[in-house]
Amino acid sequence: MTTLPDVRSTRWAALTALVTTSVLLTACGSGGGDSGSGTGRPESGGTLTFAVGSDAGCLDPQQVASNETIYSVRQIVDSLTDQDPRTGKIVPWLAKSWDVSSDATAFTFRLRPDVTFSDGSKLTAQVVKDNFDAVPRLGALGTLAQGYLSGVKSTTVTGPLTVKVTFGQPNAQFLQATSTHSLGIESSASVRRTPQQKCGDGVIGSGPFVLKRYVQNQSLTLAKRTGYAWGSSRWSKKGEAYLDELVFKVVPEAGVRAGSLQSGQVDAISSVGKANEAALKGGQVSLQRRANPGVVFGLGLNNSRPALKDARVRRAILYAIDRQQIADTVFPTGTRPATSILAHTTPDYTSLAPDLTSDAAKAKPLLDAAGWQAGSDGIRTKDGKKLGLTINWIPNADTNQPALELIQQQLKAIGVQVTLKQLQLTQLTPTLQSGDYDAAWGNVTRADPDILRSSFSTGLANFYRIPTSGLDTALTAQAATTDTAKRKQLIGQAQQLIVRNAYYVPVVELQTQLGVSKRVHDLNFDASSRLQLHDTWIG
Amino acid sequence: MRRYVIKRLAQAVGVLWAAYTVSFLVLDYLPGDPVTAMAGAGMDSGQVDPEQIAALRHEYGFDKPVLVQYADYLGRAVRGDFGDSVATGRPVTSTLADALPQTLQLTGAALLLAVVLGGGLAVLATYTARRWLRQFLLSLPPLGVSVPTFWVGLLLVETFSFRLRWFPAFGNDGLKGLVLPALTLAVPTGAQIAQVLAKSLLTALDQAYVETARAKGAGRWRIHLRHALRNASLPALTVVGLLVGQLIAGSVVVETVFSRDGLGRVTAAAVTAQDIPLVQGVVMFGALIFVTTNLVIDLVYPLLDPRIVVASRRRAALA
Repeated sequence: MTTLPDVRSTRWAALTALVTTSVLLTACGSGGGDSGSGTGRPESGGTLTFAVGSDAGCLDPQQVASNETIYSVRQIVDSLTDQDPRTGKIVPWLAKSWDVSSDATAFTFRLRPDVTFSDGSKLTAQVVKDNFDAVPRLGALGTLAQGYLSGVKSTTVTGPLTVKVTFGQPNAQFLQATSTHSLGIESSASVRRTPQQKCGDGVIGSGPFVLKRYVQNQSLTLAKRTGYAWGSSRWSKKGEAYLDELVFKVVPEAGVRAGSLQSGQVDAISSVGKANEAALKGGQVSLQRRANPGVVFGLGLNNSRPALKDARVRRAILYAIDRQQIADTVFPTGTRPATSILAHTTPDYTSLAPDLTSDAAKAKPLLDAAGWQAGSDGIRTKDGKKLGLTINWIPNADTNQPALELIQQQLKAIGVQVTLKQLQLTQLTPTLQSGDYDAAWGNVTRADPDILRSSFSTGLANFYRIPTSGLDTALTAQAATTDTAKRKQLIGQAQQLIVRNAYYVPVVELQTQLGVSKRVHDLNFDASSRLQLHDTWIG
Repeated sequence: MRRYVIKRLAQAVGVLWAAYTVSFLVLDYLPGDPVTAMAGAGMDSGQVDPEQIAALRHEYGFDKPVLVQYADYLGRAVRGDFGDSVATGRPVTSTLADALPQTLQLTGAALLLAVVLGGGLAVLATYTARRWLRQFLLSLPPLGVSVPTFWVGLLLVETFSFRLRWFPAFGNDGLKGLVLPALTLAVPTGAQIAQVLAKSLLTALDQAYVETARAKGAGRWRIHLRHALRNASLPALTVVGLLVGQLIAGSVVVETVFSRDGLGRVTAAAVTAQDIPLVQGVVMFGALIFVTTNLVIDLVYPLLDPRIVVASRRRAALA
């Protein structure tokens, strides 16, 4: 790797590095320390202290979308189904079994009979109906949950423990949606409260942990639900969780999180960036990583812009980007360069690595052919106009700016002038809606390939202003089939169409990276690269 | 004296109103609004229904004309009602009231430390007869003013929490958790107090009354503390008034580094979420504390120096 100028010019980054480097020195000096008892056999009891970087200020899983808050509130609710992170397969949880109609419009779930909520009420088909009927009322407050249920025609109770959800249009993604935290099942009493009340006071779930105490911006404490006996079929421990208590502490400063883990003040930390990795290597800490499924980080192009309308220009950009360099320079160790529009952890992912190898030699002739001639300053022009691209981005990750500055350099090498425009968090959606932009930097986490339809179907939001094409046909057809082989083939086709037409320029997979003390065992990622803490134990 | 007090009170109210108006205008001018912020909180989705946004906006009254909103909020604010936080739905006043004790603890402890450390440094530096020691001591305050607060914080955490494990790195629990953050916040504040106090102490020591006192046979310590310090403390007191604002602002950084819950964290969160009612509440609250402190200081002046009532304009010259 060549030495690049440190693009993160902020003093924060430098200081964090300074602090964590000295932590590393301390760690080397202190040696062994207190290692676990090392019997290797899971033990019940104990408290896990987990430092997260932020607090969304909302305790309702159906409304929360921030990863760091999902880690905690996820443990309060169970879902109808669960998803195997290795295979992407949907497996039983609260629902023992289910049927999907052949046109993927009707989903019938048969519930376990023995489930109770922490307020003592029983899980029945009516409770599930109450939940799904209330979700649309969350509106803009619960975008994820609401999106999963959009187009729902009715939810009907067909037996005490049987519930049927019917959609107006084929909706194959719904089965996976029932495995997410967003459609976690809450007690009927809880569902009746207003979205704001649920946010502020928390919800009643049937999950392996219950909310004990919450101090906003400070900490969230969960206690083990005694008598819990209806865990997901993929969990290794039956019955109650191992841990007595989970304490989530909000520690915004990354260097302090790393130091606290290294000095034993906490057992696990979230959001470990590249700057803190060195401090955490070796000793009593291990790093756990998994790529987030869904649409990879990349440039969403406005395909209706005059220059970007030309597929040759879009493909030149695709070839000009050196994904490996960006992944190695900016992102945490282990981050993979994009090998498709979907991350490799997404079900039905197809590797298109050959289409995404960087090759400036391929890019330049494409721009020549499109009529963009190199000017004296190295920037290409056509009819007196410069080949410029404004990339809109929001500061929701530390890696965004350095990654984009690198992209800026890489595109300059083929004669494309990139301007970076930082937006407020709240400006992104309106900008995409307005259609008045060149390109936007972002990603979407979702463990179902249907995310391609939400993002690229011209019948939906169509933020990237893609023209109607065979892509629509493939996306609509995959939503309508319950045949897994056929769906995989259609999703593969959609990935090819998006990448080969360069409607979107895939760059890197987002990776979730945690720092975990070696005393902690079986702290596992779920299919969406979030956490499952029922099987976790300390010893 | 009464006219002086009334004038100061009127000024305080004027500052509050100005703070309110300016913050309202700035928040209104800023792009985006809290409702899209709430809806966009699921960054991953991106698909927000404009109709739902409009409905929410109406619910919170953000669709009314700016002047109506201004008058509405101002009317309620005068009665101490800042509405509900858009992000959490909790009343702004109770959110602030919950956060206040932690911040008061932090800033109070920091101010105390700053006065003791900064004042002590100034007195020592001006008292010592050794030239090199004086030079060294006087070089500390500029250093303390110029190092960034978060750097001091991280350095202290690194040394006393991660290495020596004497104090916790984060949290609000007890006196132990207060030491490092208060010390961090006290460094720039104490340095400024030391700078101003040392300068005015040196000036005071050159005054005629010091000569007189010395001629009367007063000891060096007595002259230094009784005569010079008393006169020199007036400008330092003015600075303390201004520093209260700085302490509150500094709490944003310190509370973030040390993960303490308080007004600073509330502020940071409110700004990120574009939680307009909460930001407005924070601004007013900060302004209120600032104005009150300065009002108290203004009212204490005449007790220290009776000439101030006669020529209250002098304050400007001192500040």
